[in-house]
Amino acid sequence: MNTTRHNPLVRAMVLAVFVFLCAQTAFAHPQKGEAVGFLTGLRHPISGLDHVLAMVAVGLWGAQLGSPAIWVLPVAFPMVMAAGGMLGLMGVPLPGIEYGIALSAILLGAAVMFEVRPPLGVAAALVGFFAIFHGHAHGTELPPGQSALLYSMGFVMATGCLHALGIGIGTVHRWGWGKRLLRFAGGIVAVGGMFFLWRAVA
Amino acid sequence: MKDAAQSRLPLYAFAVFTFVMCALPAEAHLNSTGMGPFYDGLIHFLMSPEDFVPVLALALLAGLRGASYGRRALFTLPVAWLLGGLAGLSAMTAKPHPFVAAAWFLLLGGLLAADAKVSLRVTTALAALLGVYHGYLNGTGVGQFDTAAVALLGLVFAVFVLIALAAAFVVRLRAHWARIAVRVAGSWIAASGLLMLGWAVRTR
Repeated sequence: MNTTRHNPLVRAMVLAVFVFLCAQTAFAHPQKGEAVGFLTGLRHPISGLDHVLAMVAVGLWGAQLGSPAIWVLPVAFPMVMAAGGMLGLMGVPLPGIEYGIALSAILLGAAVMFEVRPPLGVAAALVGFFAIFHGHAHGTELPPGQSALLYSMGFVMATGCLHALGIGIGTVHRWGWGKRLLRFAGGIVAVGGMFFLWRAVA
Repeated sequence: MKDAAQSRLPLYAFAVFTFVMCALPAEAHLNSTGMGPFYDGLIHFLMSPEDFVPVLALALLAGLRGASYGRRALFTLPVAWLLGGLAGLSAMTAKPHPFVAAAWFLLLGGLLAADAKVSLRVTTALAALLGVYHGYLNGTGVGQFDTAAVALLGLVFAVFVLIALAAAFVVRLRAHWARIAVRVAGSWIAASGLLMLGWAVRTR
């Protein structure tokens, strides 16, 4: 009897039953824009492949470089990206945004492909520099009528999750075949960046 | 002993009978009554990210610093929130300033991301300031005094529970990666604050 009671699965099921029993009212009429603002922000970074490639590459590179870069780079990117978004919202112009975004994928992909190991400060500065372009381009695209706060939170969280995806993929780095796979993935990111650069120039 | 208990039986029966006769209306139709002011306040807090997120950030920060910080925040913030709310009940309607909201996100998220070695005194001051400011804003916006006070209690209760859960969760974390994950959450909060600052500038 005691064994059953202390079983984690049973405990979790009992907890789940209580959670379901405590179902709340639907709150179908939230404040203006709240229902969609967060989801729009969450969806926005994954709606453009250029953005996705760079985000994932940051995670891949962090995983390849190991601690502390594995968490410094994914922390630096959203922070500086938000600063870039703020510049965009304040109306500060930034020339060559599309080139900057494409170059970020090329250089970050190449860094993963060639397993470049610069000092942490240089890696963080490089990642931060390109994050400004991503923030400036994407952070300001709030559809009318939606909650800016929830959009911002969703946007930052989705970016962080893309980094986490890159780190997750990057864990294969501990194996020999994984290292080769990771470098191959870096190559794909760089090629993708070249495509976006070509499209920006054309 | 048994006789004494039996002699009190009519008294107990009378007390129970009186209690049952005083039953209040069931208010089973929640679509017309709502969840009651207490739950309105509680749900309001949980549904308001501008209130919820700074409290979460402070709880995580206190949890990272240790159990004594968590305990201090656990009691300071809800009390300050209640006092601010009570002050706000009798005040004119106040509109939250977007810069201040963004500043709370930036400050608390930044401290959390940096794993700043803030002193117990600073943590207490931050909790008190946050509580008074947000409590005051909540107090001015919750409506008539009779139900508003109860709504405020529900709100403060939610603040207390959130700090207790979040701080206790982080205090227990020992794994390096888990503490890093908490700091990453702080960086996300700070980044959201930066964007909010931009939105505040743009809408002015």
